Amino acid sequence: MSGMRVQAKVANGETEVKILMNHPMETGGRKDQKTNEVIPAHFITEVTCEHNGKVVLNSDWSGGISKNPYLSFKFKGGAAEESVKVTWKDNKGETETQEAKIKA
Amino acid sequence: MSMKRRTFLKGALASGAVAATAGLMPRLVFAEGAKAPAGFDAKTYDDALKAVSGGAEVTESPAIAIKVPDIAENGSVVPIQINAELPKIESIAILVEKNPVPLIANFKFAENGVGYISTRIKMGGTSNVVALVKSDGKYFSVKKEVKVTVGGCGG
Repeated sequence: MSGMRVQAKVANGETEVKILMNHPMETGGRKDQKTNEVIPAHFITEVTCEHNGKVVLNSDWSGGISKNPYLSFKFKGGAAEESVKVTWKDNKGETETQEAKIKA
Repeated sequence: MSMKRRTFLKGALASGAVAATAGLMPRLVFAEGAKAPAGFDAKTYDDALKAVSGGAEVTESPAIAIKVPDIAENGSVVPIQINAELPKIESIAILVEKNPVPLIANFKFAENGVGYISTRIKMGGTSNVVALVKSDGKYFSVKKEVKVTVGGCGG
């Protein structure tokens, strides 16, 4: 369940953040093919990213994001050695946070 | 500009009757305590779009580009990249018209946001993928069809 990876790189005045999360992203609409029982919903509902303690991205998700989610986004500003902090929360209340230093 | 608005209004009138009645449903569900953000309990594309945009006018914009494969062999992992060359990007939402839950995600930016998102989404079958971008208080969208060989919702 753990092991989120965060990379951030600044170029031309913009910082690109790349995130890989470990998560099953079960929609709750899928059935176990052997038992025919519905697999309970278990997916990330919220992902936020802070840069130097200020929120730069806040996102709401459904189970429509693929398993072991990948996300990349950009924000203006950022400098080498500054920190970005990414946090996800899921529908069961589980959460994970990972910090990374911005690379030039 | 006026032409665009006219064609939009025609479309809005055509779907208005359905949307008006259906629009009441999600609100009732919200009232019952689920704190799902707007649009995530919508079961149809029209309801989801309306919930995210707050019913505001949505204009098709060539300034938004969706990069998706024309044909996806595996609907459970469809890479998508969105680039929006618009001022003051406030949010980017991804919707899949024919998914059981059409709203995939809604990304909201601070004032230093850039119109760029790259991720991987699930598609139950062949459908249009829609990017809905809020720029300077207004909503813009663009759609692109992806043909899905094996759906990604049945597992």
